[in-house]
Amino acid sequence: MLSFLARRLGLLIPTFLGVTLLTFALIRLIPGDPVEVMMGERRLDPQAHAEAMHRLGLDRPLHEQYLSYLGQLARGDLGQSLRTHESVWSEFASLFPATVELAGAALLLASVLGLLAGVVAALKRGTPLDHGTMGLALTGYSMPIFWWALILIMFFSVQLGWTPVSGRLDLLYDVEPVTGFMLIDTLLSDERGAFLDALRHLILPAIVLGTIPLAVIARMTRSAMLEVLREDYLRAARARGLSPARLVFVHALRNALVPVLTVFGLQVGSLLSGAVLTETLFSWPGIGKWLIEAIGARDYPVVQNGILLIAALVVLVNVVVDILYGLANPRIRHRQ
Amino acid sequence: MSLLEIDNLSVRYGPADAPPVVDGLDLRLETGEVLAIVGESGSGKSQAMLALLGLVDPPGRVAADRLHFAGHDLLALGERQRRRLLGKELAMVFQDPLAALDPSYRVGFQLEEVLRQHLGLRGAAARRRALDLLEQVEIPAAASRLDAYPHQLSGGMAQRVAIALAIAAEPRLLIADEPTTALDVTIQAQILELLLNLQRERGMALLLISHDLAVVAECARRVCVMYAGQAVEVGALPGLFDAPAHPYTEALLAALPEAGTARRPLRGLPGSVPGRHDRPAGCLLAPRCAYVQDDCRARRPPLDAKRQSRARCFHPRNQETP
Amino acid sequence: MNTPAPLAAEPAWPSPLREFCRAFARNRGALAALLLLALLVVCALLAPWLAPFDPAVQHRDFLLAPPAWLEGGEMRFPLGTDELGRDLLSRLIHGARLSLLIGLASVALSLAPGVLLGLCAGFFPRLLGPSIMRLMDVMLALPALLLAVAVVAVLGPGLLNTVLAIAIVSLPAYVRLTRAAVLGEIHRDYVTAARLAGAGRLRLMFVAVLPNCLAPLIVQATLGFSAAILDAAALGFLGLGVQPPTPEWGSMLASARDYIERAWWVVTLPGLAILGSVLAINLLGDGLRDALDPKLKNPD
Repeated sequence: MLSFLARRLGLLIPTFLGVTLLTFALIRLIPGDPVEVMMGERRLDPQAHAEAMHRLGLDRPLHEQYLSYLGQLARGDLGQSLRTHESVWSEFASLFPATVELAGAALLLASVLGLLAGVVAALKRGTPLDHGTMGLALTGYSMPIFWWALILIMFFSVQLGWTPVSGRLDLLYDVEPVTGFMLIDTLLSDERGAFLDALRHLILPAIVLGTIPLAVIARMTRSAMLEVLREDYLRAARARGLSPARLVFVHALRNALVPVLTVFGLQVGSLLSGAVLTETLFSWPGIGKWLIEAIGARDYPVVQNGILLIAALVVLVNVVVDILYGLANPRIRHRQ
Repeated sequence: MSLLEIDNLSVRYGPADAPPVVDGLDLRLETGEVLAIVGESGSGKSQAMLALLGLVDPPGRVAADRLHFAGHDLLALGERQRRRLLGKELAMVFQDPLAALDPSYRVGFQLEEVLRQHLGLRGAAARRRALDLLEQVEIPAAASRLDAYPHQLSGGMAQRVAIALAIAAEPRLLIADEPTTALDVTIQAQILELLLNLQRERGMALLLISHDLAVVAECARRVCVMYAGQAVEVGALPGLFDAPAHPYTEALLAALPEAGTARRPLRGLPGSVPGRHDRPAGCLLAPRCAYVQDDCRARRPPLDAKRQSRARCFHPRNQETP
Repeated sequence: MNTPAPLAAEPAWPSPLREFCRAFARNRGALAALLLLALLVVCALLAPWLAPFDPAVQHRDFLLAPPAWLEGGEMRFPLGTDELGRDLLSRLIHGARLSLLIGLASVALSLAPGVLLGLCAGFFPRLLGPSIMRLMDVMLALPALLLAVAVVAVLGPGLLNTVLAIAIVSLPAYVRLTRAAVLGEIHRDYVTAARLAGAGRLRLMFVAVLPNCLAPLIVQATLGFSAAILDAAALGFLGLGVQPPTPEWGSMLASARDYIERAWWVVTLPGLAILGSVLAINLLGDGLRDALDPKLKNPD
């Protein structure tokens, strides 16, 4: 297990260096004058331009620039936003919990419903229930979620008035950010009703963001369950007179979870892709909306290092999923 | 009343007119008896056993005139009652031991699960009994094996665990479906000996499915030879092997490499078991039989235990030696 | 002695194509999808003749006219008009053209280099293979839409750049798939036999191994096609894709957002068009996978 971990972490280093190369190259590939791009100002006088070139290190050879960029990163310096002049790291850190809260809620929804739907469809294989569930799953998998969000808003917010359309909490409430997770912060505060309000804000975005993972998990669980249900050990377990509930949940599902877990890892990337859209649509103050706005405003330090931070996040989550995969699968855990 | 009574058991897949994979099987098994079922792969022996346990899933269909075990009508049994019987009175050991153990759980967990289900044992009592069982199936360092995962066991060790699981609730009948086929030759004899010892000590009946005639000759007192879903010959050992009546049994025996007849080239049986879709109209063996005659191609011979013909053949062999 | 029974006529093996068609035809969902897709292709090919109006023409007297079957609807505008009085049906038909074009172009632009890189990664396991795979890891570390957004941010919005961005984003999937298929095939006996027969490396790559990796690639290309349509619409929705007034489904949705309370049709219909075409392609992909994958064939 330890060597497995070491090998897995060793693979991270070239990946991460590659990502820094990419973000380094990104802003240098942008057509136009780099100083104007980096400074966010146009038509500087030549002297100021040269000064800026020197200050930004743009007059040095590329490899030196890259090394100094790496040095900066190693010192934990991710630069400053051109718009707010705040450090990229502190902006990221303050917005990150919102994205985690949204993605977590979406993933929770997706896994609970997805596992359930997949198990039921596999057990009722070939019945209308199976076809219906899988038809819905394929529809969800094909869903343009930005449209799905609009439809849900149209129905639940505009027609029924049940849920708010944007933000994380009504302005009525004054909740001190302690953890950054609104559901927890509202519980910690003494504002009555704030928790429910936060929940009402969360529900639609979570449904929207959870739709595709839900569909993927349902489809994957079904096929994994079908595979496991054919296995000898399940027939042997039946021959031992175990109850259907034990067969399904203790034996079949436990083994079907192993392949489903890998899907979880792959979903993290697409979850963040979805978060970009969902946060933009629901004005959810998270890192997806932050990055899109930065791109729109040509705030390149934020774009560059925001992408770097997200890539690091994806890579780390995938390592965690790999470790979980090892824990779920004794055959991998004990491999020497 | 016999422990196991099977009359006219058939298992079908596909349309109603498709030939059954088990075709009119009759079988009696007494308490404490060892019976072997032999036949090539695809002869329906495993399907018959699965039908017995109620493990044939749709679209497979099971029908029988009589399917009784220890006084229970297995066909009329409700799901709940069947579960109370399976693994308790009637247990089965499968061919591939590593595939038959759940890879995600430790050996101890799987043993304790059965003990809780059928004997209501929990906690330390279940643990003690599980250890006890592993010792009974002669697993060395049994205590440490309780915490092993199936993939950490060798094939022979895994089959011992599977046997322990099967005998955990002291069943009256143990069905062993090719229990040694997937194992190394050196391990095969040990596992068979273990099975026979357990059978003798506990007085349980043993139904041994095999395609290995040497194994069968050593273990069983009675044998049922199956071909293409039908029993073609039933009788006691060693008589049946000394003077087989059915040409198929004879051909199986002739294909056996024996030390004394090393000079003689081995004779295989030409062709293969007819599939579900290319069944001959007459005797199922007719296309492959060396002694085939015209009536064999026209009609299918019966197997009638009450009459003298113990073989499903119009022209049985070795009839001069009764 | 008995004569051997005359052998029944040897059952002819069905040709692979025939067998595939039979397996595919059994899947009713996939057939329905094929029909829907055919409709879409017809729309795309004949858009200028099928559409009742020029998609850019604004009918100033009919802003946000509802569909014909609703009160206040006009027969001239069967699906109503948008906020600038443009005929929605015409815009949707022309949008089909754009979506299919983007889908096809980006699949072609990522499939070819992806397969090539994958073959190289599989055939040169020393240095080239690992470097290619590390590069793909880097690309996979970035969420697809974000990477596409970044690419567009560098290249600027527009049709061609949308296609390029999506092609770049979907490259790793083809590379990994091809490499995995190659690694699965390369140690098979038929490859060894071809090698012993003196086949050169190029011949091995393209004549011996590649045809045997096609099935998963076809399925992946189908999925890539639908993903491209979705991604293009998402980029359009974010204002980073094809620019208005070009009738692109995603950007149509973006401009319809403001009328969500008054005119459900401008919000609902473009989305339905996206969902319908993506769903049809995915259904087709499922059907292809089931028909091409012998492991899943004849499940009973």
